[in-house]
Amino acid sequence: MENVQKRQHASKVKKSTTQMSEKKKDMLSGYLYIAPFFIIFGIIGLYPAVFSIVLAFQDWNGLGEMDFVGLNNFVVVLQDPLFWKSLYNTVIIGLMGTAPQLIVGIILAYFLNMAVIRFTNFFRVTIFMPYITSMVAVALVFGVFFSSSETALANYVIGLFGVDPVSWKTSEWGAKIAISLMVFWRWVGYNTIIYLAGLQSIPKDLYEAATIDGAGKVQQFLHITIPMLKPFIILTVFMSTVGALQLFAEPAVFLGSSAFNRDEAMTVVMYLYRDAFNLGSFGTASATAVLLLIIIVGAAALNTWLTSGVGRKQKRRAFTK
Amino acid sequence: MRKSKGLKKGTLPVYIILWIASILSIFPFYWMFVMATQPSAAYNSIPPTLLPGDQLVNNFMKVLDTIPFFQAMWNTILLCTTVTLAVLLISSLAGFAFAKFEFPGKNFFFILILLTMVIPPQLGLIPQFYLVSQLGWLDTLLGAGVLFLLNPLGIFLMRQYISESVPDELMEAAKLDGCSNFRIFRSIVLPIIKPAFATLGIIVFTLVWGEFLWQFTVLRDPASYTLQVALASLNNAFRVDFGMLLSGVFWATVPLIIIFLIFNRWFISSITEGSIK
Repeated sequence: MENVQKRQHASKVKKSTTQMSEKKKDMLSGYLYIAPFFIIFGIIGLYPAVFSIVLAFQDWNGLGEMDFVGLNNFVVVLQDPLFWKSLYNTVIIGLMGTAPQLIVGIILAYFLNMAVIRFTNFFRVTIFMPYITSMVAVALVFGVFFSSSETALANYVIGLFGVDPVSWKTSEWGAKIAISLMVFWRWVGYNTIIYLAGLQSIPKDLYEAATIDGAGKVQQFLHITIPMLKPFIILTVFMSTVGALQLFAEPAVFLGSSAFNRDEAMTVVMYLYRDAFNLGSFGTASATAVLLLIIIVGAAALNTWLTSGVGRKQKRRAFTK
Repeated sequence: MRKSKGLKKGTLPVYIILWIASILSIFPFYWMFVMATQPSAAYNSIPPTLLPGDQLVNNFMKVLDTIPFFQAMWNTILLCTTVTLAVLLISSLAGFAFAKFEFPGKNFFFILILLTMVIPPQLGLIPQFYLVSQLGWLDTLLGAGVLFLLNPLGIFLMRQYISESVPDELMEAAKLDGCSNFRIFRSIVLPIIKPAFATLGIIVFTLVWGEFLWQFTVLRDPASYTLQVALASLNNAFRVDFGMLLSGVFWATVPLIIIFLIFNRWFISSITEGSIK
């Protein structure tokens, strides 16, 4: 009897110790498996980010000693008209390139989601195809289409509508329109796919109920489709805002060798790049990087807040009714 | 009968809009091909040239004279493949840990990963460049690839997929049989998460294939050029030969288009899975 109890006790102890070591093993495995990511993150993510913020307060050309200069780099950047011009360009191109894209994306997705439409897979594939083209390829093809020569295909097309030829690469609005169009062309299919996934997640009986209640197609679109798509709209607005403020490859490649010498399409990231790698001023370039971080976080927060406010207002109105 | 007739009538404008959208999406590809087969002068003709010519080979020969095209293609494929495999390994290990193991600080680390997604890549550009140059990795694929190993989205996807599709009971049973955690990862988790590998693999591969800023910053020696950097350099001449330029773009784009057309379902679903989950 005693013996049996002892044995039971022993096995219990053994079990609990093996469980303990099992738990410990799992803990170790956990740390071990996330370690590669965090080691890499520390070296090429966190360290550079912190170093950048430190650099923003130093005078440094990458070779000699660093000099602490306080806020001077920020003063230099903020007093440089070219910084403000590049910020203005970035915002204008961003708005022209992304805002229409979101609207067209919703419309195309809505059409592709209509049960009566056939060949949807064909349309889906073709409309999505621009997205897999690299930004450099798009910028080069559009660069020829919008070349500065009077015989550019773009000039021929606007000529059909009686518009005079535009010098696309050297005029203030020509460059902005061409770059916005290439951003639009490359991303509209991407957003269409996201909205399409959103539309497919809306339960069909909502529409059936609305039809029974006598709501028309437009009313259904405004009162069911748009509110139900809200999370997807917030997502795309957020990604477009962040992406637009980081614009670099399109303008830099579109303008070729003159990209960093002209200001019609210089973006904030191009301004940063020019400071760092053409002018060798790492301090002011880092100050620009920090400013860009603040701008991106601010704009993303603002846009997300604005888009999530759209439905809230309606809800409140419905509630007060 | 009446109903189907009415539907057809109503859908005509929809079809027209979808066709216009499709044609506008495809036209630049077609035009790129046309220009790649025409002499540079064809560009100036009025009305514009819209049919292929006979300079396909000639233009491509000019590309080969100007940039190390095949070297750049090889560099790109090597870079994309290595980075993709490394990211798949790093993400699936970490995703496995976050999905199936309990350890102190788990939530903290996971939120940290969330935060890394918000930092714009340009913030660290200068120190990253400095770091890579100090390591002597400028003009190497190592330097060009190291930045892409950081892929927080991959961990999200893997954690999600593993917690949904790897049953706890299966892990328990394997443990009772004396399997080590790594053995479980290799023989149970990896086979189950193959579909997630396809999704993440496509995302990473196309990302690295198309990225420009970092590759442009790090790769300055033509022998180390990837396709994007090499193509961009085609546009730097004072007088650009458009036929040659678009021939380069065409041949650099064709491989990815073929892969896309074959696997288009995977590509398209990778977008929704990568951004919505």
